Amino acid sequence: MTQAIPSTDVTKTEFGFWIYLMTDLILFATLFATYAVLKNNTFGGPGGHELFNMPFVLTETMLLLTSSYTSGLGILAAHRLDKRKVLLWFGITALLGLAFVSMELYEFHHLYVEGNSWRRSGFLSAFFTLVGTHGLHISIGLLWMTTLLVKVYRKGLSTATIRKLSLLSMFWHFLDVVWIFIFTIVYLIGVA
Amino acid sequence: MLGRLGLDAFKHGFVVMGGVATMLAAILVVVGALFYFKRWKWLWNNWLTSLDPKKIGIMYILVATIMLLRGGADALMLRTQQAVSVGSNNGFLSADHFQQIFSAHGTLMIFFVAMGFIFGLLNLIVPLQIGSRDVAFPFLNSLSFWLYAAGVALVSLSLAVGEFSAAGWLAYPPLSGIAYSPGVGVDYWIWSLQIAGLGSLLSGVNFLVTIIKMRAPGMTLMKMPIFVWTALGSMVLVIFAFPILTATLTMLSLDRTLGMHFFTSDFGGNPMMYINLIWAWGHPEVYILILPAFGVFSEVVATFSRKRLFGYKSMVYAIAAITFLSFTVWLHHFFTMGAGADVNAFFGIMTAVIAVPTGVKVFNWLFTMYRGRIRITNSIRWFLGFVVTFTLGGVMGVLMSVPAIDFQAHNSLFLVAHFHTMIIGGVLFGYFAAFNYWFPKFAGFKLNERLGRYSFWCWLVGFLLAFTPLYILGIMGATRRLNHYDASLGWQWLFIVAAVGVVVIGLGVAFQLLQIGYSIFKRHENRVGSDPWDGRTLEWATPTPIPVYNFAIIPTVTERDAFWESKRSPVAPAKVRYEDIWMPKNSGAGIIIAGFAFVLGFAIIWHIWWLAVIGLIGAITTGIIRTNNEDSEYLIPAAEVERIETEARAKRELYA
Amino acid sequence: MSNHQHASLESEAGLGSYTAYTTGFILSLILTIGAYLAVTENLLSGNILVTAVIGLAILQLFVQMFFFLHLGRESKPRWNLVAFIFMVMVVFIVVIGSLWIMNNLDYHNHLTPSEQDSYMHTRNNEGF
Repeated sequence: MTQAIPSTDVTKTEFGFWIYLMTDLILFATLFATYAVLKNNTFGGPGGHELFNMPFVLTETMLLLTSSYTSGLGILAAHRLDKRKVLLWFGITALLGLAFVSMELYEFHHLYVEGNSWRRSGFLSAFFTLVGTHGLHISIGLLWMTTLLVKVYRKGLSTATIRKLSLLSMFWHFLDVVWIFIFTIVYLIGVA
Repeated sequence: MLGRLGLDAFKHGFVVMGGVATMLAAILVVVGALFYFKRWKWLWNNWLTSLDPKKIGIMYILVATIMLLRGGADALMLRTQQAVSVGSNNGFLSADHFQQIFSAHGTLMIFFVAMGFIFGLLNLIVPLQIGSRDVAFPFLNSLSFWLYAAGVALVSLSLAVGEFSAAGWLAYPPLSGIAYSPGVGVDYWIWSLQIAGLGSLLSGVNFLVTIIKMRAPGMTLMKMPIFVWTALGSMVLVIFAFPILTATLTMLSLDRTLGMHFFTSDFGGNPMMYINLIWAWGHPEVYILILPAFGVFSEVVATFSRKRLFGYKSMVYAIAAITFLSFTVWLHHFFTMGAGADVNAFFGIMTAVIAVPTGVKVFNWLFTMYRGRIRITNSIRWFLGFVVTFTLGGVMGVLMSVPAIDFQAHNSLFLVAHFHTMIIGGVLFGYFAAFNYWFPKFAGFKLNERLGRYSFWCWLVGFLLAFTPLYILGIMGATRRLNHYDASLGWQWLFIVAAVGVVVIGLGVAFQLLQIGYSIFKRHENRVGSDPWDGRTLEWATPTPIPVYNFAIIPTVTERDAFWESKRSPVAPAKVRYEDIWMPKNSGAGIIIAGFAFVLGFAIIWHIWWLAVIGLIGAITTGIIRTNNEDSEYLIPAAEVERIETEARAKRELYA
Repeated sequence: MSNHQHASLESEAGLGSYTAYTTGFILSLILTIGAYLAVTENLLSGNILVTAVIGLAILQLFVQMFFFLHLGRESKPRWNLVAFIFMVMVVFIVVIGSLWIMNNLDYHNHLTPSEQDSYMHTRNNEGF
C-alpha cells in the first residue's frame, strides 16, 4: 500500500538526518577536545610517538577514503536505477569498510596485549574512546549497509530504498570527514 | 547472574521507605483504577501508542507535574532539615541522605520537570501555531516521550532499589568517580539522563525540522508567532548542546565502568575538564529552559493587552542573540576553579552582554502593555510576577558576572537564590501562565479564576519568603548544601523563614491541584468555545475539541498574528472543498524501544551484562522493524473530514 | 514554504556527478598524502608543521563537503549550509574555548599547595 507522499517528505527526512549528523559532529568535537586536553597525560607511559604505526594508519585512511568515493558512485548508480551497479559499488564500499574496521580492531588488540589499554592513562582513555567511537559508527554503518543491500537485492530499487541509500551515503561520507581529523590530530600530530 | 544486585539494594531507612510506600501506593491506585474501570485497552489505543502531538504533549505535562511534586517534596525535606539542624540538633536526615535528596531535587527539577513542561508545550502548541497537522517525524516524537518516561522510571526506581547519586545534580568528579562513589547512585544518575537526553535530542531535531519545513504557506519566518521563534532558538540549543552532555556522561561512565581515566585524579585524568564540558552544555541548557517561557509571555501579553506585540523584529534579534551568546558564557559557572584574569574577564564580559537582549525583551513586553486594553487574567498575573522576580534575580546574575564578586558568591546561598529566582520566576511562572492560557483550548472549559489567583499569590509570596532569606544568608557567608551549621552563626531564623516560604509555595501547589480538580468538576458550567480569549494566533482558529488533523484546510497566511487578521477582515467563505487527509497510525514501537532502553540502563547500572545485551538488541531490533514498516499511515476520507468540521462548527455557534 | 513538485530522484543528494566525486577523491588523496609526507619525511617542523597539517585537514574538509556532500549546491533556502555553519561555530567555540581554558588552568595551577602557600605569603609581605 502506498499513499501520496507529500513532495516535501524527501527533503524533510534528508534535512532531519543532516541535522542529526550535525549533532554527531558536536559529539565528536567534544571527544576531540578531551583528547587534545589529555593527549600529553601519559602518566609515565607511552605516547603517540611510541605507539602509532604510520604506514598502517595511512593504509586505513586510504581504505576509508576510497570507500567514501565508491559509496558516491553507488548513489549515482541508484539515481540511474541501476540495481546491479548499486550492489557492486556499495558491496565494494562495505568490503573496504570491513577491512578498515578489522585493521582498527587489530591495532586495538595489539595495544591491549602490550599493556597499553584504555586503563593505562588519560591519554589512552581518550585515544580509545575517540577512535573507538568512530569505529563503532563505522560498524553501525556496515550493519545498515548490509541490511539495505539485502533489501535492494531482494526487492530492487524503490523510492523509499533510494532515499535510505542517500541517508546511508551521507552518513558514510561524514564518517570519512571525521576520520580526516582523527588521522590529522591523533596520528599525524601525535608523531610530529 | 544478577551483577551487583542483591537484597541489600532493598534495605532503606525510615524516610526513604516512606517515599517508596507513597510511590507504590500511587502506582497501585492508578493500576487498580485501570483494572476496575477496564481501561487498559483504551489507555493503550488512545494514549500510549498515540502519535498525536496533542496527546503526547498532555502525557509530558502529566509526568512533569508528578515529578514537580516529587522534587517539591525533596525541597520541603531539605528546608526542614536546614531549619532545625543547628548546634546540637542534627535534624532528621543523615548527611548521606541529605546529599541524595539535594542531588535528586536538582536532577528531577531540571531534567524531568522543566524539560518535560517544555516538550509538552512544544508538542501542544507549535504544530498548531504554524498551521501544520503534525510534527516532522511523528514516530520519533512518540519515541522521545517514551525515552523521557524511561528516564523518569529509572530515576524513580532508584528510590526503591539501590540509592541515588549523592554527588549533586551535575555529579562533579572526582566525587562522582568510581573511587569515591562506588555505589549505584551515580550510575542511576548517568543512565536516566543518557536515556532521557537521547529523547531530548531527537525532539530537538524533530521540532527544528517541523518549524523550518512545515509552516503553512505564506508564513515566512518573520510572520511566525514569537513563541515559535523561541521554540526554534531553544531547539537549536538542544541540538548543539545536548551532544556535549551525551559525550561527557559517556566519558564519566567509561571511567566508572571500564576503568578509564578521563576525570580521575590520578593516571593522567583531569577532573576540571569534566566541569568545563558539563557547563559548556549546562549553560545553553538553562537558555533551553527559559526561551520558550519568554515565548509564552510574548503570546500572553499581546493577547491580554489586545495589542500587537511591540518590537517584533527586535524580539527576533534578541532571541537570535541569546541563542548564539549562550554558547559563549559557560565559564562563569567556575570562575573560582583557577583560571587567570584574562579568561575570567572574557567570560565575565560575555555574561554581562547576554543580559542585554533579555532586557530588550522585558521592555518590549512592557511597551506592549502600555496603552493596551489590559485584561487581568491569571496568565497576566504570572507574567507580572515574572517581571518582578526575574528582573531582580537576573540583576543578581549580572552582579555575579563580575569575577571578583563571584569569588565571594560562588557556591553560596546567594547563588542558589539567584538560580532559583531564574527558574521559578522565569521558567515555572512562564509555564503556569501557559497552562492557564492554553488549557481552555484543549479542554473546552476555563480553569477557575479565583483558585488560580490564590495559587498565584501563594507562589509569589511563598517564593519571596523562601528565597529572600537565602540572598541574605549568602551574603553572610552561608554555603550551599549545608545539612548542619553552628548556632553561633545566627542563621537559624532565616532558615526558618525560608522553610515557611516553602510551605506557602506548597499551599500554592495545593491551590493549583484544587483549581484543576474543581474546574473539571464544574466543567459544564465553564464551557467555552474555540477562541475564549479573542486570541491572535492560529491555534485559536481550530475548533475545540481540536480534530486529530488540526486543520481541515491548511490556512494560507499573509500577516503576523494570522488569526487576528483573519478575524478583523473576514473573507466570505467560498464553498469549502475538503480533501482526504493522511494521518500517522498509532505505534507501540516507541514504548517498546523505551522499555528496552530502561532494561539496558538498569542492567548497566547493576552490572548485569547478559540483561544489558538483551536490552540493547531488543531496542535496536524493534527500531529496525519500525523503520521497515511501510504501512504507517491511515486515511481520513474527505467525507469524514466534512462531518467532523460541520459538527465542530455547530458546537462553536453554541458556545461562541 | 513552497510545496513545489519534486521528483524524488532529483532530491538533494542527486546533485552529484561522476566528475564531482572523482575530483573530490583525487583532491582528497593529494591532501592526505601531502600531510602524511610532511610529517613522516619531516618536510616541516614544530608549530609550522602542526598548522600546515591542520590547514590541509580543513582544506580536505571543504573538498569533501563540497564534492561528496554537495554542501552549498542545494537550492535556496540553503538550510543545510546554515546548519553546517552554525555547527562549525559551536565546534570552534567549544573546542578552542576548552583548549584555552584548560591550558590557562594548567598554567595557573602548576604550583603544589605548599608552593602556592609560600607564594601567597611572599606576595602578601610585599604589601600586595
